[in-house]
Amino acid sequence: MAAIDQAPDVPGRSADSPRPRSRRGTLLTQDRRLGLLLIAPAIALLLAITAYPLGYNVWNAFHYVVPDIPFINGKAAGLANFRRMFAVGSTFEPALLHTVVFTLVSVTVEVGIALVLALALNKPFRGRSLVRAAVFIPWAVPTVVSAEAWKEMFDPRQGFVDYALHLLHLPGSGTTWLANTDTSWVALFVADAWKNTPFVAIILIGGLQVIPAEIYEAAKIDGASAWRQFRRLTLPLLKPALMVALIFRTLSAFLVFDVVYIMSNGGPGTSTETLAYLDFNAFHVDYDYGYGGAISLVLIVLCLLIAAVYTRVFRERG
Amino acid sequence: MSTLTITRDGRPTEFAAPPRRRLPTLAAAGRTVLLAVFVLVSLFPFYWMVITSFKTTADLNAGTHSLLPTSFSLSAYRNDFAQYDYWRNVLNSAIVALSTTVITVVVGSAAGYALARTRLRGKPVLLGFILVAGFFPIMAMVGPLFLTFSHAHLIDSYWTLIASYLVYTLPIAIWFLANFFSQIPVEIEEAAVVDGLTRLRALFRVVVPVAMPGVLTAAILSFILAWNDFTFALSFTQTPSHYTAPLAISNLGHSQFQVFPNMIDAAVVVVTIPIALLVLAAQRRIVSGFTSGSTK
Repeated sequence: MAAIDQAPDVPGRSADSPRPRSRRGTLLTQDRRLGLLLIAPAIALLLAITAYPLGYNVWNAFHYVVPDIPFINGKAAGLANFRRMFAVGSTFEPALLHTVVFTLVSVTVEVGIALVLALALNKPFRGRSLVRAAVFIPWAVPTVVSAEAWKEMFDPRQGFVDYALHLLHLPGSGTTWLANTDTSWVALFVADAWKNTPFVAIILIGGLQVIPAEIYEAAKIDGASAWRQFRRLTLPLLKPALMVALIFRTLSAFLVFDVVYIMSNGGPGTSTETLAYLDFNAFHVDYDYGYGGAISLVLIVLCLLIAAVYTRVFRERG
Repeated sequence: MSTLTITRDGRPTEFAAPPRRRLPTLAAAGRTVLLAVFVLVSLFPFYWMVITSFKTTADLNAGTHSLLPTSFSLSAYRNDFAQYDYWRNVLNSAIVALSTTVITVVVGSAAGYALARTRLRGKPVLLGFILVAGFFPIMAMVGPLFLTFSHAHLIDSYWTLIASYLVYTLPIAIWFLANFFSQIPVEIEEAAVVDGLTRLRALFRVVVPVAMPGVLTAAILSFILAWNDFTFALSFTQTPSHYTAPLAISNLGHSQFQVFPNMIDAAVVVVTIPIALLVLAAQRRIVSGFTSGSTK
């Protein structure tokens, strides 16, 4: 974003020209005032929908905010809402584990596949824009579509997966995928990867597009193999785009909710509950805004941590 | 690679090394197969849902698997639209997504211009805040906003959804548009000011028309992101007639005793068509929308 950080010079240019001081001052002030006026609505709206709920959550997290139980509602709770996460019978720790594993697996798989996809889609060929559109559509449709699609595909009675396994005489036919702990994760991973891999590919294609073709010409003349070109040229030059894709995907996978809610509803039992799912349950099933606020704060802190780790790792290595 | 390429020792490639030409074709074939698999995996679930949406409930209960359509009935669509008023949900989605898009484009363009072209103070902080807002965990918004909206009797209102959808659309639109504005030559704006237009006039007469392609890209992205929401609609609407289409889909065709995939899939087909058309028409814009500014 270097272009934005640079001081622009529409009327600002006059600030550098030899003119009377007062005139220079008014133009600069005018320019700043215009900037402030233009950005104020956006900042106000964003503060209202993020900073305000954040502050509200902080208050809630340290109070009992349970409208259904009037005699306790609004009283100070100290750390009780946070302690509840680690109380006996709490599903917080398993949900944290599920979320971390889900994030690691889905991000790794999606970035890996997306890299292959982006490389294959980067070279021009006939009908490329049609192929790109076809591959991007799963990302662009609502999550409810990808979730319902794979819920049906994995349905043992009417779905395609069972049919294909049966047809190919493979084991696993007759599995009620979403009714078993391990297999329900498989269905969730597939649905998530189907929707989000194209998104990673979109970002990586953008990264590949800005790599100048001449570099490869030079490498070819030097006799570098395709693999060497990929390792020594493509991958390092793709690093900024990879970083963006990784941060985007890691944070959104860490906050995964809707695909879980629609496909498995956290089940069977509590075996596919994630942190965001727990948070939702606290708000909309238990109407416990204190506990929900506490989970929200934990989510926010963990997201900041993830972002900080990524920034540090990428800064150190490049 | 054209045949005009000259190899190191100065001979045209045509005479250079004929056996090496086989490699690229093999690689090309591999790539074709790979892409065919990707296209198949991407589109097959849609095909499956389309053929299911044309089945009758009786067909489904018969439980026959088939790759080809076995029947063509509009009963699922009729059920969704006539019996469950699904058209209302689609209309809600359209109203909310379009309103979000308009607000995002207007507010986002203004902010993008301010960041790209004025000497506003504290730009790095503002950009940082916008970025963080874009990554804000939306679940953390749900509880407090629900309390606030219900106190204000705003549950089931379009405004609650539009306001919360801005968290999806505004940050990315501002980043994209700021970058877009900074790439428009300053000279055209300067020339207009020299010609005697005021700054604001110059902005509307000269900059806005040039910025239209960028604004269109921001609009397309915003529409897709707003159209696809599930979490906020689930949290802030309670009456089925106020549901957005994605939320309605998760309720349609689910009775207490049975699930009707044909009804779900008919609703899915309807909600997918506008998005599919948008992607077909604007695939290039979508790539640029997500990558400009991020890959520099």
